[in-house]
Amino acid sequence: MITRTLPAPLPISDQEHPGSCPLSIHDMTVAYHRRPVLWDIDYDAPPGKLIAIVGPNGSGKTTLIKAALGLVPAASGEVRFFGMRYARQRGRVGYVPQRESVDWDFPVSALDVVAMGLYGRIGWCWPVTRRYQREALAALARVGMADYAHRQISQLSGGQQQRVFLARALAQSADVYLMDEPFAGVDAATERAIVEILRELRSQGKTALVVHHDLQTVTDYFDEVLLLNMRLIAAGPVEQVFTSENLRKAYGGKLALLDEVGHKMRLAGGGQ
Amino acid sequence: MIREALDILAGWSAIDLWIVVTGALAAMACAVPGCFLLLRRQSMMGDALSHTSLLGVVLAFLAADKLADLGWLAPAAKGGVHHAIMVAGAMVVGLLAAILTEWIQKRGRVEASAALGVVFTIFFALGLLLVRVAADKAHIDPDCVLYGTVESAGIGDGVPEPALVNGIVLLVNLALVFLFFKELRISAFDPGLATALGVNARAMHYALMAVTAATLVAAYESVGVIVVVAMLIAPPATAHLLTDRLGRMILISLVVAAVGALLGHAMAVVLPRIVFARLGYTTVGSASSAGMMAVASGLLFGAAALFAPRHGVLSKSLAQWRLGLKIAAEDLLGLLYRLEEHGLSAHGAAAPDLLQRALPVGRLTAALASWTLRRNGSLLVTAGGYRLTDKGRMAARGLVRGHRLWESYLAKHFPLPPDHLHASAEMAEHYLGAQLRQELAGELAETAKVDPHGRSIPGEKDKA
Amino acid sequence: MSRFRLAIRAPAAPCAAAIVFCLLLLASPLRAAGEKFAARQGELAVAAQNDAPQRHVPRRDADHHSLTDTRWQWPTWDDFVSVVSLRNVNTLWVLLGTTILGVSAGVVGVFMLLRKRSLAGDVVGHASLPGIAVAFLVCEAISPGAEKSLPALLVGAAVSGLAGVLCMAGIRRLTRIKEDAALAIVLGTFFGLGIALFTVLQSIPSGNQAGLDKFIFGNAASMLGGDLWLLAITALVVLLSCALLFKELSLVCFDEDFAAVQGWPTFLVDTVLMGLVVLVAEVGAQTVGLILVVALLIVPAAAARFWTQRVLVMTLLGAALGGLSTGLGTILSALFPNFSAGPIIVLTGGAIFAVSLVFGARRGMAWRLITLIQMRNRVGRHDLLRAFYEALEKSSARNGKPAAAAALTERSIGLDDLLVRRRWSPPRLRRLVAAARRQGLVVVDQKQLRLTEAGAAAARRAARNHRMWELFLIQHADVAPGRVDRYADQIEHVLEPDVVRELEDLLARGYPELAVPASPHALEPAGGKP
Repeated sequence: MITRTLPAPLPISDQEHPGSCPLSIHDMTVAYHRRPVLWDIDYDAPPGKLIAIVGPNGSGKTTLIKAALGLVPAASGEVRFFGMRYARQRGRVGYVPQRESVDWDFPVSALDVVAMGLYGRIGWCWPVTRRYQREALAALARVGMADYAHRQISQLSGGQQQRVFLARALAQSADVYLMDEPFAGVDAATERAIVEILRELRSQGKTALVVHHDLQTVTDYFDEVLLLNMRLIAAGPVEQVFTSENLRKAYGGKLALLDEVGHKMRLAGGGQ
Repeated sequence: MIREALDILAGWSAIDLWIVVTGALAAMACAVPGCFLLLRRQSMMGDALSHTSLLGVVLAFLAADKLADLGWLAPAAKGGVHHAIMVAGAMVVGLLAAILTEWIQKRGRVEASAALGVVFTIFFALGLLLVRVAADKAHIDPDCVLYGTVESAGIGDGVPEPALVNGIVLLVNLALVFLFFKELRISAFDPGLATALGVNARAMHYALMAVTAATLVAAYESVGVIVVVAMLIAPPATAHLLTDRLGRMILISLVVAAVGALLGHAMAVVLPRIVFARLGYTTVGSASSAGMMAVASGLLFGAAALFAPRHGVLSKSLAQWRLGLKIAAEDLLGLLYRLEEHGLSAHGAAAPDLLQRALPVGRLTAALASWTLRRNGSLLVTAGGYRLTDKGRMAARGLVRGHRLWESYLAKHFPLPPDHLHASAEMAEHYLGAQLRQELAGELAETAKVDPHGRSIPGEKDKA
Repeated sequence: MSRFRLAIRAPAAPCAAAIVFCLLLLASPLRAAGEKFAARQGELAVAAQNDAPQRHVPRRDADHHSLTDTRWQWPTWDDFVSVVSLRNVNTLWVLLGTTILGVSAGVVGVFMLLRKRSLAGDVVGHASLPGIAVAFLVCEAISPGAEKSLPALLVGAAVSGLAGVLCMAGIRRLTRIKEDAALAIVLGTFFGLGIALFTVLQSIPSGNQAGLDKFIFGNAASMLGGDLWLLAITALVVLLSCALLFKELSLVCFDEDFAAVQGWPTFLVDTVLMGLVVLVAEVGAQTVGLILVVALLIVPAAAARFWTQRVLVMTLLGAALGGLSTGLGTILSALFPNFSAGPIIVLTGGAIFAVSLVFGARRGMAWRLITLIQMRNRVGRHDLLRAFYEALEKSSARNGKPAAAAALTERSIGLDDLLVRRRWSPPRLRRLVAAARRQGLVVVDQKQLRLTEAGAAAARRAARNHRMWELFLIQHADVAPGRVDRYADQIEHVLEPDVVRELEDLLARGYPELAVPASPHALEPAGGKP
């Protein structure tokens, strides 16, 4: 049975959550319109690692991140960042949403977008003062976009827009980053820049969970991988988990029965 | 109070009848294009078109006036010709507004609803200005535009003109829908696919806009320019809550529209006298029938939103509650079965309150659950406590079998620690029918005797 | 330019302070003129009463469409002078009031536009009608027959406007009906209820219903002193909230999810914005009418969007254009007293929108058209020069080495030689040559064309860009050499210098600085005329 062949069994989650664990998800089930899209996810992210979240389309990668951040309500289970609920740790968590999630025709400049990462620190009603603008500019410079600070965001290329989003998360100076498909549809230069930033973050002891779709680069870019297909297929160090058998399991179509039962739950109008 | 209402309604005359007929025909004519606007998510386009058609009507009046001056149109030409000119004017201006909106949205890169808002407010403002310019020539005024003239429908003899006009529009609309049903359906559902299949979705869009504008202008003479928006969208929305089929949706929306008109006029006649008499005003007249027809269709929509069999808010929560009850009852069965398995209730019974406390639901639900089980003969209450009947045992075996098969299935495919299997199986067991259980058993093949915790999986049928 | 940029990057708080200061400045002459104004008020009220043609008295009341007062009349010069010089105190106060209204509506409208909820203002406007009727009844019950207090009516309107918004949210959240239909249903139903109530109110014997109808179509001319104060307070609330919450509002408009993740209460921010919309819509209803009040919210904001790429500038512009359109509209309506002010104000806004649509500095169509023409010219120039280069390169390649700089300026070629190189028509080629001659890139000598020094350099650059890009596509994007020409054609003209530099870095191996690489594919003539 698979459980036995798996290396590095997952930590048993009944125990006390250690404060050092950047993100621990315990027994989380998420449902859209009562249909479960993620079942019983149990995962403790190791600190100081780059972690890829990998799985086929519709396997719940984005949902995992959104549920962890409370953007999608979880039907059951709990999520902790450094041992505490997210609401008390917002400052330590950086979020890079999918590029398509916003209207890039919005009348703001790249610098304005990056400054949004600082709003939490600035607080209610207080304007973005020069100090914060300098900070935002520094974050832009880290992704190699300082020259584009005053461009309106629709005039940036897809890769540049992605870098602006990354800079916004960097400006938060968080300890754990959740990124949703930062590599989707970007040019080679941006991909290199993002990887460099990720490695820099790791060297500072920070953790990044990145939804990733390019299987070929997983082993190059990441230390750990989390294979997902409605359920957690496997998780752990890349070299141990990223095996063809596990991949086949994750990508070999959705497990038909799982899907069918989920569908029945939706029709019945319930789950629990 | 009801008696009072009936007394008032007893005075129902031919005039009232014609008001209802006119209103109903107007509402039904509107409901037909309204269904497609609703499904295409362009309801606000209907609002915009009703505003812009004012401009179309005024321009048409001015044009007709000019033609009469030039001698091309007999000054006495009333009725049919006038209506035709009005409808044509509204169609042209409505199309113009639709095109302009799309143009501003695409070329000016303005967000869709804002582009719509800009265009229709400007057209309406222009219409209001021109109404005042044209007021001495055309017999329309801003208040007629607001209030409609449905009350004067039945004053003359024979079939009133507005009823005739709305009836014709209704027939034309129905004929168009009948002829182009599948084209309309496909272009509402998926414009891209429609174009690929050779249906020009853009042409369909503009045709729909033109028909809507024509329908609105015929209707709003009776019910007013804004009230007509409620007639356009509320009945189709009501029907949309009641059915999932397009053909049925159109039929239901026609019925809802007619009922709304009847109800609206009745309310307009009855409510003011009853309510305002209570407030001390004894001499109030009836309310605007057109306004009340809008209110009635809104109320019908509200009722559907609450009570519709599948999509209603209350029915959904009722279904939820019943599902909860079913799950509680099944949990109770499963619990009893497991107790039997362990031989804990060898002499037949388990204490009710102990069991009820073991269920993860409130006392009331638990009591209700056991009551339903007793009623359908799955459970017996003996002196010693609860006991499964044979029928109950059958059901319980299925549940427990599903539960353990599910655990085995999960254990086979996912790296979950054993203590995590149970929760998910608790959830899934209620949805695993006999067929799914068989599929699961087939998938698990020879391992399907014992679950991951080492408990034996009961067979589908009792062998003992 | 840089100074301008500094100005627009100025933080919001000083701006807020400036706005408040301006408002106080506005308010102080108001207070000073208070007594004078009070003396005039009785007069004004009488004027408003006599202003019959501008008020839409209910249809049942009277035949108010006398034939004499609805005709289109151009104002006389004296009228014009007296209106424009604001000699009439009445006009002045009305102008001040409507301008204040326009400014606050413009500011709120900008955020509604950015939130993509422009039409919610329409629902708020229409849905407030029954509230006005109910408030009237309540007032009537308290003191029968008395003049109805405006604030009371407005409170009623606001309550039912909010009820409409709640219904809309409820329908959207709890049923399968989509937002647009929810808007239409709520708008039509509430307005129908309002119409029904109004018709009943008109048959109430006592009471003073005359003022009610002005809410539907608006009546700016009957503005009184109290109304002005109400407008000023509204504007203060609106501008202060928008200035203080500027950062929060724009964040929620741009990226709601990110705002929620950062812990901003997005629902609260939305609620504040909706509250401001209700406030502006109700106060504006008596000026332009609740059917058209949505125009004050949408039109200036949509017009402002054409001029700028910044939220802050857009907000200020929305305020300015809002004030401008209502102010101008008021003056116009004073010139044409036979027509109600509401539609004229809206149409003025429409004119401003049209001007912005065409001439807007950032997204206006004229500007974009010019850019397009410039782009086309540039593409044409590049194509011509590259064709030149390729023709010369081919003829000089016989010497066994690529075209030297001197070779490009020495030799001349005929039009026909160029004509076969690409699919262009003879007239277009002639136009391109003429343009190139004007720019000093080409000299024409007895139907023979020769490149100048500048032309030669430009031709080398054009050919180089094109081939660099082709090489890049072949080496890094896996495009087949046979198809690369077309791909490169589409992109080379928009290559910015820094991208070219990057390409050079990428392709540095093998291609020395400033050399034109050989074409990676055979250079066949494009096959004659199209």
